[in-house]
Amino acid sequence: MKTIVIGVIGADVHAVGNKIIEYTLTKSGYNVVNIGVLSSQEDFINAAIETNADMIMVSSLYGHGEIDCRGMRDKCIESGLDKILLYVGGNIVVGKQDFAEVKNRFIEMGFNRIYPPGISIDEALKDIKTDLGE
Amino acid sequence: MANYLLIDFGSTFTKLCAVNTEEYSIIGTSSDFTTVETDINEGYQKALEKLFDKIGKQIDFEQVIACSSAAGGLKMAAIGLVKELTVEAAKRVCLGAGAKVDLVFSHHLNKNEVQQIIDKKIDIILLAGGSDGGNSESVIYNANLLGELGINIPIVFAGNKSAQDDIQDIFKKYNMNGHICENVMPSINVLNINDAREKIREIFLKQIIEAKGIKKIEQQISKVILPTPSAVLEAAKLLSEGYLEEDGLGEIVVVDIGGATTDMYSICESTKRSDVIVQGLEEPFAKRTVEGDLGMRYSAPGIVKSLSEREIKFINKDKGIDIVNEVNRRYSNVKLLPENTQDEFIDQFLAEMCAYRAMHRHVGRIQEVLTPMGKVYNQVGKDLSDVNYVIGTGGVIIKSNHQYEILRQTTNILHNPQELRPNDPNFLIDHDYIMAAMGLLSKIEPMAALMIMKKHICQIRGNQDEATK
Repeated sequence: MKTIVIGVIGADVHAVGNKIIEYTLTKSGYNVVNIGVLSSQEDFINAAIETNADMIMVSSLYGHGEIDCRGMRDKCIESGLDKILLYVGGNIVVGKQDFAEVKNRFIEMGFNRIYPPGISIDEALKDIKTDLGE
Repeated sequence: MANYLLIDFGSTFTKLCAVNTEEYSIIGTSSDFTTVETDINEGYQKALEKLFDKIGKQIDFEQVIACSSAAGGLKMAAIGLVKELTVEAAKRVCLGAGAKVDLVFSHHLNKNEVQQIIDKKIDIILLAGGSDGGNSESVIYNANLLGELGINIPIVFAGNKSAQDDIQDIFKKYNMNGHICENVMPSINVLNINDAREKIREIFLKQIIEAKGIKKIEQQISKVILPTPSAVLEAAKLLSEGYLEEDGLGEIVVVDIGGATTDMYSICESTKRSDVIVQGLEEPFAKRTVEGDLGMRYSAPGIVKSLSEREIKFINKDKGIDIVNEVNRRYSNVKLLPENTQDEFIDQFLAEMCAYRAMHRHVGRIQEVLTPMGKVYNQVGKDLSDVNYVIGTGGVIIKSNHQYEILRQTTNILHNPQELRPNDPNFLIDHDYIMAAMGLLSKIEPMAALMIMKKHICQIRGNQDEATK
């Protein structure tokens, strides 16, 4: 069974979407490790090491996602998680920005999949199945 | 007849406590030096003679049971994967089992670290790492390395359940003294203490006390059943929770300042508030922490080491002493007893520092986080603000003329308003030094142990105004 670490990064306490993601991924047969709200990069990485996770899925709903996610890929590499998949989604930047640009910035930061606001977890699920297998 | 004799073989003193479990009374107490280097029996016999002298006659005991922290106590190495997770979980299990955690390692071990395990004469290794179904590579690597380097001290494996079979094979292959337990952290931030703790206690009884020359005593007495700190933890739990229809004291903190360590115990939930977000590894309901660098004699230099040059100067000027000189004098003569008021004053001051710092490390913290959704509270560690009682034990507190001043330090927030120290607790003292003995008794006669503690652990003596200030 593939393991996915999920949580909400930074000083962000939006818990509803986090629960929906946990529910959907668990129902789809993944081992979901939910570290909850107010989580730091280190919390995600530590959980991923202990659980031998295949993917980290970061949620950010309050606009500071870009600042909160900076350097996360580097820390993963330092921690021996070079191959781990990094997903991010929610309202990850402030204001109405062109999503193509936002996406590029997050790709440069080392994220594998980046989702715009308002997308349902079912759409991400297709990508997860492609990346991790059923 | 329901007379029991309870013994605590300490690092320095062998302490005896005779009780009558029908009358819920202490018949008498006595102590003498521990003689584990020669024959542990000698010190015990001397203490026993003293006890009979005090009582005025020889009496028979239904059972004689003991706890021990003699010959260095139970020395453990805690090994895990990530510092904040399985390493911390492993450490807490060791402390809960009454051990001294001399070494703490994370990730892959190296040869130097294994050498330290040998050099420090570790009694038991606790090997953890990985949640169930998670990382198993690290524990397998570490078990292999310990095997290759010929480690034959007992190893308790309490890591990823999926690695158990591999670990069992490694234990067999290298003919190791290995034991398999439930994972200390079965999933992220969930703490599972009991199984590994019981295994550690079992090994302590079967193997360690024999190796340390304590087992000899079992021809004289019924048995040695616990490491001393573990007995104190049992006593604190019983006193807090009560037994059957007899109520306990509710949430309590126990502070035990000794010559080599300061132990802090808290029996309470990690939080009662619904408006905080608790983070990090789950906290044990009955939590023990040990500060190996805070103590009145062996560890007195540690108290000064944590101070800055400026603080030392300030203390010397403020108190009119030479603090560095004083702690060194205590370190080089661990049997020193205060001879004059100056010595008493300095011991008092050191004890206050120990209490303050030990609580600083034991207690949890709360932080206000400003989010776009408003202010939220983020808590790490245990919230002790609503604790009913803070209980003092250990020689320096029991003998002090200013007990309140020492215990008050556990509530002193000073520069750290975010610390969740006890808010307005009552202060009690273990006047007769019976907590370890009652922990032992709680294993056979819990009601008697509870009643005796409720009777003998009482208000601070001396100036009541001071105590109620």
